[in-house]
Amino acid sequence: MTTTTVVEGWTELPLARFIQQSSARLVVIMTPAGQVLAQHGFTRAVDLMSAAALGAAIMASSGALAQQVGEAGFAALYHAGQRHGIHLAGTETPRGKLIVLTVFGKETSIGLVQVFFDEFVVALRKAAPVDEPRKVILAADFENELNSSLASLFRR
Amino acid sequence: MQRSLDRLSRVRGVTGSMFVAADDGLGVAQLLMEGVNGKVLAAFAASLARKVSGAAAATGAGKVRFIQMQAAGGILLVCAGGELLVTVVADAGVNVGLARLEMMRAVEALAQP
Repeated sequence: MTTTTVVEGWTELPLARFIQQSSARLVVIMTPAGQVLAQHGFTRAVDLMSAAALGAAIMASSGALAQQVGEAGFAALYHAGQRHGIHLAGTETPRGKLIVLTVFGKETSIGLVQVFFDEFVVALRKAAPVDEPRKVILAADFENELNSSLASLFRR
Repeated sequence: MQRSLDRLSRVRGVTGSMFVAADDGLGVAQLLMEGVNGKVLAAFAASLARKVSGAAAATGAGKVRFIQMQAAGGILLVCAGGELLVTVVADAGVNVGLARLEMMRAVEALAQP
């Protein structure tokens, strides 16, 4: 059974709708630092944290590459595999920049994921609380924050 | 491709025509009237083709060549041509036979070197 769990409640409805519409298998909403706000489809914390860290790293490195060729940034990245496709995109919200990693199978397509991702982004921006900026996580608090997020996501 | 799209657009009632990558649901070439969202059309046409093909396979109907979806506000036509789909959106009053003929021609043109 696949599950959806969220750390920040405002992400839940837009995420549930995106999953239903796009038929995505795995979705992670995270900050550019790799802090997970919501996830769908992961059953093990270690897999989720790996995916979030790798997704954030890919966005950071592709952003640096974009700057080198004179672009402000790349809007989205798409990798096509034999059985799965990966869509990785960033978006600005009132809560700051967020990255969404979507993994999908042959039951859907990159075209559908892109169409519903556009709607998802609009819904996220609408749902994001504007008067509540995200607190800066200091290195000293990182482990506690990570443990707290994992506890929320996997109900430990 | 552009020539095929031009011919399709001359059919009265056709408001848009596209070549769509069947697996990806992304537009390859398109000629659309203003207000027709190519991105959405490509994604849903490919999804429709995939689902209808699945249903046809499950019922032993064989390979799907042509799909006609009639709705209150218009018609969606999809013609399978291997890796590409020829997709047409049209008003409800379109001559479907003529549109289908042009779509088949477009598929044949794709197969030619």
